[in-house]
Amino acid sequence: MMMEFLNFYLIPGVVLGCIYALGAIGISLTFGILRFSNFAHGDTMTLGVYITLSLIHLTGLHPLAVAPVAMAITAVLVLGMDRAFFKPFRQSPTIMMVIASFGLMLMIRSVIQFFWGVQLQALQTGIARPWVLLDSFRILPKHVLIIGATAVLMMAVHLLLTRTKIGKAMRATSDNPELAALTGIDTEQVIRATWIMGASLAVAAGVFLGLDTHVETMMGFKLLLPMFAAAILGGIGKPYGAVAGGLVIGIAEELSAYPWIGTVPLLPPGYKAGVAFAIMVAMLIWRPQGLFRGRQF
Amino acid sequence: MSRVLELDRISAGYGETEILHGVDLHVDKGEIVVIVGPNGAGKSTAMKAVFGLLNITRGQIRLASEEITNTPPQKVVTKGVAYVPQSANVFVSLSVEENLEMGAYVSNEDPAPRIGEIYELFPPLREKWRQPAGSLSGGQRQMVAMGKALMLHPKILLLDEPTAGLSPKYRGEIFQIVKDINAAGATILMVEQNAKQALAIAHRGYVLVDGANRHTGTGAGLIADEEVARMFLGGGRA
Repeated sequence: MMMEFLNFYLIPGVVLGCIYALGAIGISLTFGILRFSNFAHGDTMTLGVYITLSLIHLTGLHPLAVAPVAMAITAVLVLGMDRAFFKPFRQSPTIMMVIASFGLMLMIRSVIQFFWGVQLQALQTGIARPWVLLDSFRILPKHVLIIGATAVLMMAVHLLLTRTKIGKAMRATSDNPELAALTGIDTEQVIRATWIMGASLAVAAGVFLGLDTHVETMMGFKLLLPMFAAAILGGIGKPYGAVAGGLVIGIAEELSAYPWIGTVPLLPPGYKAGVAFAIMVAMLIWRPQGLFRGRQF
Repeated sequence: MSRVLELDRISAGYGETEILHGVDLHVDKGEIVVIVGPNGAGKSTAMKAVFGLLNITRGQIRLASEEITNTPPQKVVTKGVAYVPQSANVFVSLSVEENLEMGAYVSNEDPAPRIGEIYELFPPLREKWRQPAGSLSGGQRQMVAMGKALMLHPKILLLDEPTAGLSPKYRGEIFQIVKDINAAGATILMVEQNAKQALAIAHRGYVLVDGANRHTGTGAGLIADEEVARMFLGGGRA
């Protein structure tokens, strides 16, 4: 029973949590620094996954080997999108940027569907056999890879945010954008860094999700809700909060299907997505500043 | 004495609303100059005008002899003006030391030696260098805010009501700090509600009423002025 819990609920929960956490960092930072909810974040992720897919077809390399290239390409594309769709609205009311992001989201998805088609695809083919440890502890190699790569990325994000000048400026701007401008922090530079970081991490999250499941044009959009829930749970504008929030939501979703009482799942697996939604609504009602006291919506 | 900052018949406001109507003001090197006046007189507005935070419709602002009228804040910083807003003037989630580092953002030099000097000036900050600025007391936050503003040896330091919301005990401490950093070489323009205490440490003061100059004089002179005393210094507030 214990091993079943670990193998089929906790480990998948952690994997899902890693994916949400990476995606939520971008949402949280964009909200903290540019001050709008970026609905295009999910489809940015999808775009990066499809670029990864093409790179795999082109080179025949492992998804994780080409992912950094896809992250870089996506980051450049996102910087271009910022120029075209968001920069003109910097001084406008937030709702303009939100609507722009909504439009951008639909446009990105249509472009993906136009070029790559709408059928399911896979980043990797073949059957993965789990590693078995201590007789009954089973873990899929790709899960080890996802958790390990997430840990490396988180460490890189942490070092960037705490050890580099631009990282500190990002935290400062997220903390108090007006004061950041009064201090002489180059806001546009910080915004560029935010897009690069958010997009790169989103692509990484998308590639991990693609490895874990499959690739389809709605994958990023479907992640939007849990990523927002994670960002809100962790406190908007708090990258570390987003990581914690992502892990909590991912694990909560998987554990909601565990037979806690009796032998049937507590919640039918089809309701997993509702868990993130329920947590988000509960947070917005009772603790809108998030667990780590971020900015209120 | 050389002139650091000069406001020459400044009219300014937010959008259509004009708040300042031809204000004259200057600060010389090494001075503490205080702007006092009733609520809504445009004291903070005058300071924000210097920092490029609102639209100047008429008049000129000169820093040393360079015109800086309507220069955006990020540029004004690089020209040597540091501004400490009244509230939300530290990055609460950044550590004390990171706040000071951000104060030197526009410079490419290593901020560490200057941070050491700031700790000399504000010893309590040295012990708390790793703590988030948000966890500090009001008085210590003001130290962080001022230390951050002093990082790049500004030509002039603008303080917007540094004692607002502080208890009388901290108020005295802050005025002492302002005196100390002035003695250490900083030129200061300060807006204050606690007019009497502020004028007591000021070289000169301006009384603004309804967005225009009303009285001008030395700090001691204004305290002694009967009309000024009746208007702002009475009531036992200071």
